[in-house]
Amino acid sequence: MAVPLVFFGLFFAYPVAAIVGRGLKTQDGWQFGRIGEVLARPDIADVLWFTTWQALASTVLTLLIALPGAYVFARFEFPGKQLLRAVVTVPFVLPTVVVGTAFLALVGRGGLLDEMWGVRLDTTVWAILLAHVFFNYAVVVRTVGGLWAQLDPRQEEAARVLGAGRFGAWRRVTLPALGPAVAAASLMVFLFTFSSFGVVQILGGPSYSTLEVEVYRQTAQLLDLPTAAVLTMVQFAAIATILAVHAWTVRRRETALRLVDPGRTAHPPRGLAQRSLLGGVLLTVALLIVAPLLVLVERSLDAPGGYGFGFYRALQDAGAGGGTFLVPPLEAIWNSLQYALAATAIALLIGGLAAAALTRRAGRFVRGFDALLMLPLGVSAVTVGFGFLITLDEPPLDLRTSWILVPLAQALVGVPFVVRTMLPVLRAVDVRLREAAAVLGASPLRAWREVDLPLVRRALLIAAGFAFAVSLGEFGATVFIARPDRPTLPVAVARLLGRAGEMNYGQAMALSTILMLVCAVSLLVLERLRPDKTSGEF
Amino acid sequence: MSLLRLEGVSVRFGERAVVDEVDLEVAEHEIVCVLGPSGSGKSTLLRVVAGLQPVSAGRVLLGGADQAGVPVHRRGVGLMFQDHQLFPHRDVGGNVAFGLRMRGGGRGSYGAQVAELLELVGLPGAQGRAVASLSGGEQQRVALARALAPSPRLLMLDEPLGQLDRGLRERLVVELRGLFSRLGTTVLAVTHDQGEAFALAGRVVVMRDGRIAQAGTPLEVWQRPASEFVARFLGFENVVPATVSGGAAVTAWGKVPVPAGSPEGERSLLIRPAGVVLAAAGLGCEVLSRTFRGTHVALLLRPEAGPPLEAECTLAGAPAVGDRVAVTFAPSEVVVLPPA
Repeated sequence: MAVPLVFFGLFFAYPVAAIVGRGLKTQDGWQFGRIGEVLARPDIADVLWFTTWQALASTVLTLLIALPGAYVFARFEFPGKQLLRAVVTVPFVLPTVVVGTAFLALVGRGGLLDEMWGVRLDTTVWAILLAHVFFNYAVVVRTVGGLWAQLDPRQEEAARVLGAGRFGAWRRVTLPALGPAVAAASLMVFLFTFSSFGVVQILGGPSYSTLEVEVYRQTAQLLDLPTAAVLTMVQFAAIATILAVHAWTVRRRETALRLVDPGRTAHPPRGLAQRSLLGGVLLTVALLIVAPLLVLVERSLDAPGGYGFGFYRALQDAGAGGGTFLVPPLEAIWNSLQYALAATAIALLIGGLAAAALTRRAGRFVRGFDALLMLPLGVSAVTVGFGFLITLDEPPLDLRTSWILVPLAQALVGVPFVVRTMLPVLRAVDVRLREAAAVLGASPLRAWREVDLPLVRRALLIAAGFAFAVSLGEFGATVFIARPDRPTLPVAVARLLGRAGEMNYGQAMALSTILMLVCAVSLLVLERLRPDKTSGEF
Repeated sequence: MSLLRLEGVSVRFGERAVVDEVDLEVAEHEIVCVLGPSGSGKSTLLRVVAGLQPVSAGRVLLGGADQAGVPVHRRGVGLMFQDHQLFPHRDVGGNVAFGLRMRGGGRGSYGAQVAELLELVGLPGAQGRAVASLSGGEQQRVALARALAPSPRLLMLDEPLGQLDRGLRERLVVELRGLFSRLGTTVLAVTHDQGEAFALAGRVVVMRDGRIAQAGTPLEVWQRPASEFVARFLGFENVVPATVSGGAAVTAWGKVPVPAGSPEGERSLLIRPAGVVLAAAGLGCEVLSRTFRGTHVALLLRPEAGPPLEAECTLAGAPAVGDRVAVTFAPSEVVVLPPA
């Protein structure tokens, strides 16, 4: 437990605290008055208001669109279900930058809809909302659908036999059982959209800005640290509240539900109503999830001289983007892979130790630790990145010029995923199996190697895949600390999008496609490994 | 010298003593069975001996050596868990060989030993089978083979037959007893099933609330329960307060003759059902129910005075429900217990 605590203290709490301190402390001491000043500014109030309502709207919209999907995935058996489940999960591990780019390609200026019907949404809030739905569809389907699939249908049947109507049985039996899962999924979606950065940065234009984007703007462009510090604290408080509520619903979800093997609850769709429901869900998935991804690929191939790999070839050349890069953009792939591998290793080590500590102890302190591990998911990555720059520049921790800085920041985001994936599996390993090994003469270390390791190997691989995908797509912190001559894929994409010109746009599409493919491949490997019975938290 | 010796062992969880000042000895080659209702602390006792549960007070000696500070994997005891706890990621052979590998150190081959052990427990050739494919009885046999494999000096069994159905249980008890006496294994078992304990053990220890309520051979415990608790735990219901003097006891059922040499004064009295004899005259009763038990008929009677009485009679002379009968008491089936 000590190692993860030190890690979080050094690479998370310290940089964030330093940024807040830098913003609010002058030679005359703490300037808490600034909090009030900043919050009273009308432009900041606008940002706060927009951040909140877009997160709420995104959550409601995601629930409306994804709940039928959750039902279909839970209860229907149809050909290609496994593949489709993988497809809807792709967006979740996609870098936000790619999601933004894909929607830009679909609904933006010169995008597919613009070309066909002259429809543009990139200046409206709808683009952001739809991108958020795209991004979080899998959260609802996996969290709610996973539980739904394991609810015993006989409970509903029992209610029917006792005289409840079809809808009445659903409302009185299934809905209450699902309630906590729906609440947990909503909170996760709210959390992700509340702290949305890449999507809003790319699709929001100058008119829409979330807290996270504003923190980035104030820090990187306006160099207004006090404002950024206040905004960071506001976001921190909001996220902490959301996480506390989330932890509470998760605990309620674990209470005494009789779960069955999901394989037994699914059946092929029967009758017109069920068939059209399945059709509707498939259509939604096609329009909302498959279409943006396909358009992205199409745009990346739509080079000036007709379809081809022109943009991809241009990526090999540093000068093609009009001096945007010091190195050929294609090198970003190699950089990203190296960073992500290192970050995965760190996240596995830290997350594995944390999960092991959480498994073996219980109590209030441990629950607090659990919540602490989730915080990096919501705390402004921009703040963390900038905090790295100003804190890790003195001996003995002078890491500013070290390559390890980027993997460290990325690992912070990977750790929560590792913990979430490992924890249920580690908890499921019966203590008495270890005891049985001990009685048979295995030392504690040997018992761990002989019993725990083989049982959690699969979860470990899955956790590694998640950490890898998340590290690969990390943007908010990396954009600060990646050195100009060693950009990662998302950073390179953002930089290309920031420049005018068809060549830059096309190259951004091409790089995004590459990034998407790398993520999708690691995800498909995960789907193969994922044991059917565990639904997982993500 | 006894192989296992517990001296004043206590285990407390907070205020509650789960095991309270227990002294127990198990001699070499002896089979001892700890009998008690759930929550009486008997499983904790096994965990203490295995080193899985630290003691709050007292000493555990194995072969005369104090085990304080000796970790689980160096104690050289075997423990068969209640639900077997077979390793799901290993096949049957891998499970049985586990202890041999741990003790062996090097990467020797244990094929011959594993085959021999599986033969012994009646599962020859099962090495390659997956643990998940085994039935409850088979799992129990594999768990036993796994526990026996490293030849532990003391084998402990936690509810060894608990989850099996009745027929299998009765057969396995006999098999186990034969096996242990052939191998000369020293066994400490716990169970809540008196039939199992009496059939398996050379000596029975009855536990109540973490304390030893009675210890003795199965026959002794059955014939002379030491307290009302033991009597009721063995399934006897005819227990009432009594005043004993001059070879008879005054009870709610009237005067009951007691065996010669019984202690006198304010006591509890047990009348085994076989000691409630139908007679021409005596305590008048109404027959409340009649249950056929194979070799005899169990009757529940409502006497004119006192609590309901359980009685036994042969099938031929059994009265019908609602009949009025009279009973007398046979002193050989009466036990005077300490006051409640």
